[in-house]
Amino acid sequence: MAMPEFQVHQPKTVEDVLDLLGRHRSSVKLLCGGTDLLIKMRAGAQTPEHLVSLNRVAGLKTISYAGGDGLVIGGAARISQVGKTAEVRRLYPGLAHACSVMATVQIRNMGTVAGNLVNAAPSADTAAPLLAYGASLVAVERGGRRQIKLVDFFTGPGLTVLEPGEMVEAIRVPDVSPRSGSCYLRLSARSKVDIAAVGVAGFLNLDLEGKVIRCRLALGSVAPTPLRCPEAEQILEGQTPDEKLIAQAAAACVRASRPIDDLRATAAYRRAMVQVLAQRVLTQSLDMAKGGTP
Amino acid sequence: MAKQNIELIVNGDRYEVAVEPNRMLVDVLREDLGLTGTKIGCAQGDCGACTVIMDGVSISSCLTLAVEAHQRDLTTIEGLATSPQELHPIQESFVQHGAVQCGYCTPGMVMSAKHLLDNNPKPSEQEIRQGLSGNLCRCTGYNKIVEAIGAAAGKMASSAKEG
Ligand SMILES: Cc1cc2nc3c(=O)[nH]c(=O)nc-3n(C[C@H](O)[C@H](O)[C@H](O)COP(=O)(O)OP(=O)(O)OC[C@H]3O[C@@H](n4cnc5c(N)ncnc54)[C@H](O)[C@@H]3O)c2cc1C
Ligand code: FES
Ligand code: FES
Repeated sequence: MAMPEFQVHQPKTVEDVLDLLGRHRSSVKLLCGGTDLLIKMRAGAQTPEHLVSLNRVAGLKTISYAGGDGLVIGGAARISQVGKTAEVRRLYPGLAHACSVMATVQIRNMGTVAGNLVNAAPSADTAAPLLAYGASLVAVERGGRRQIKLVDFFTGPGLTVLEPGEMVEAIRVPDVSPRSGSCYLRLSARSKVDIAAVGVAGFLNLDLEGKVIRCRLALGSVAPTPLRCPEAEQILEGQTPDEKLIAQAAAACVRASRPIDDLRATAAYRRAMVQVLAQRVLTQSLDMAKGGTP
Repeated sequence: MAKQNIELIVNGDRYEVAVEPNRMLVDVLREDLGLTGTKIGCAQGDCGACTVIMDGVSISSCLTLAVEAHQRDLTTIEGLATSPQELHPIQESFVQHGAVQCGYCTPGMVMSAKHLLDNNPKPSEQEIRQGLSGNLCRCTGYNKIVEAIGAAAGKMASSAKEG
């Protein structure tokens, strides 16, 4: 199908982005890598008359980490850059893994974490690890700025709480305390190029005696949105995890999932794999938190 | 639709072109600049036939608006050979290892190989295969392409040492 007609704006500052969003309110979209948006536009599923590119906005590609504050991923930072950042690899291995194996080399060089989240596919690969790390989005609009917890962000396939005049300026990920471990595992039918059929991410923080202070578990591709598993998290918090408890928590993850049959996998297979992946994710996270090698 | 004047820097040459904002970089390279080495397979980011290097990283030119490439530094397959007589070592190695059959995927494969070796001059076989994850080939079964890239890496490393 032929590409519809539109105008492209290439502002250099966030203020100009927000002005353009306001001025063309009735038919405008932000453009980063375009790896979701341009495909939808060519298919006629989206027909904005104006595209506002974020690719020339100063400072928006920055990725920074500071002890205590945590990680800040700019609203136009590329997936491949995030995956290569030393602190991300060391402290947020689940996110680093997602950013190194999802899609293809070229798509990772073009696509952004912000685009991946705002596109809100149930299978969005950065969503589950970022949910497990307790991430938030910094959304800006003319005359305002708010922080949105990622756990409150997704409302359905392709749907989020972001308002039309808002842009994601950055993704903030809290710092990880000592004795923490984390992991993201995904399965897909055709190696990695295909989108994930199931993804599970986990984060554990232990006290000096080895009890779980904080646990977060998140699933991708098994519900209309990426989601957290509070019941499973509560099974582990305050406890010293062993194999039996890990199996129970994984079973609670299966209960939290609402998978469907589609061309990538059946719902029954997805449920079975949530159990297996959740156990592996928790075991690896526990090893890492205890200081062992994952 | 009003055309936009843009400047493309391709293989060190500057081109001024007026393009509609909805045109893709691959179409402008092929149709307006006559650089038909870059191919179109799927036009949706899956096959890698359209791979070019922009500001040092490999991208799919079928998913990049031409206006977004304004004043960016582009390298296409036409820019690799050092002279009309001498191929780039990666191209030479593809020829020697029989890594080309119909040849449709080859420009994209070579550009992905270049991106890989620029960032990782001594890749393992696994890393070469991962570096090609965004490039499809219907003919060769990939093994000869992987061998060709491994051999090119070795050759480029030893000539870098000599030079
Ligand atoms: C071949 C191929 C394979 C893929 N494989 C995977 C995969 O394995 N896993 C996966 O998760 N995804 C995959 N994708 C999907 C896609 O690449 C990712 O979702 C990518 O992260 C999108 O980022 P982008 O910058 O290209 O977004 P764009 O297409 O530029 O934008 C997507 C949406 O987000 C909005 N947006 C972008 N940036 C902002 C911002 N800063 N603030 C507010 N809104 C914003 C846009 O308006 C648009 O609605 C694949 C795509 C292709 C083409
Ligand atoms: S033509 Fe661009 S990836 Fe297939
Ligand atoms: S040689 Fe024919 S597609 Fe690769």
